Amino acid sequence: MNTVNEMTVVFESRSVNESFARSSAAAFVAQLDPTVGELNDIRTAVSEAVTNCVVHAYKNTIGKITLNVRICEGNVVFIRIRDKGCGIENISQAMEPLYTTSPEDERAGLGFAVMQSFMDDVKVRSSVGKGTTVTLMKRLIPRLNDV
Amino acid sequence: MVPKTVFNSGRLTVYLSGDIDHHEARKIREYTDAIIQEKKPSDLHLNFASVHFMDSSGIGLIMGRYRMMQLYGGKVRVVSVPESLRKMMELAGLGSLDVLERRT
Repeated sequence: MNTVNEMTVVFESRSVNESFARSSAAAFVAQLDPTVGELNDIRTAVSEAVTNCVVHAYKNTIGKITLNVRICEGNVVFIRIRDKGCGIENISQAMEPLYTTSPEDERAGLGFAVMQSFMDDVKVRSSVGKGTTVTLMKRLIPRLNDV
Repeated sequence: MVPKTVFNSGRLTVYLSGDIDHHEARKIREYTDAIIQEKKPSDLHLNFASVHFMDSSGIGLIMGRYRMMQLYGGKVRVVSVPESLRKMMELAGLGSLDVLERRT
């Protein structure tokens, strides 16, 4: 799929950056003239993925998070969130709704379930001790002026 | 942002606002729990009218207060939920817990 436009930002895994991450992804996607609902879905999914990096990947440490947003032909958006943190031992278990390793922090265990239901596709690659890459895909509804 | 609270004849209403994510939820939780412990309300209303964004941290916030109020024998109601937050609340199954105010 041909890339039309792309941006990358790198930031530290501080919880204050969760809002920076979702806002910058949404600001970049805004050029496609998405609906309010689509933009809200993207904001929410990015927030979940970045929170996972802050809470789990870099638990008790500060590391770098890379957010890459790619706009492809046909109004398709790919968003990649990458960390070099602890990695996930069992990805399918981590993706189960309500599964959490941080109940004391009131984590609901819904992060991946939200990403899956708010986006069209979610892919997770992880290597223990090396990090995790989450790739989110959303196909935006074509706008009238594109047809 | 610190929420505004109103306590009146056993009911504590917490007016949440802005964005509720993992960063903000922690502050809201600490502030709200201190008031709940002081007032020991029989009803806790979480008012979402001025919340513009919420991720699953908001669900953790609601569920945590739900459990806390059960300890006091009190009830939680989630009220004035904007349309944009419904998807998250329904995905989390809050509808079946009978805490979510019905659409009016």
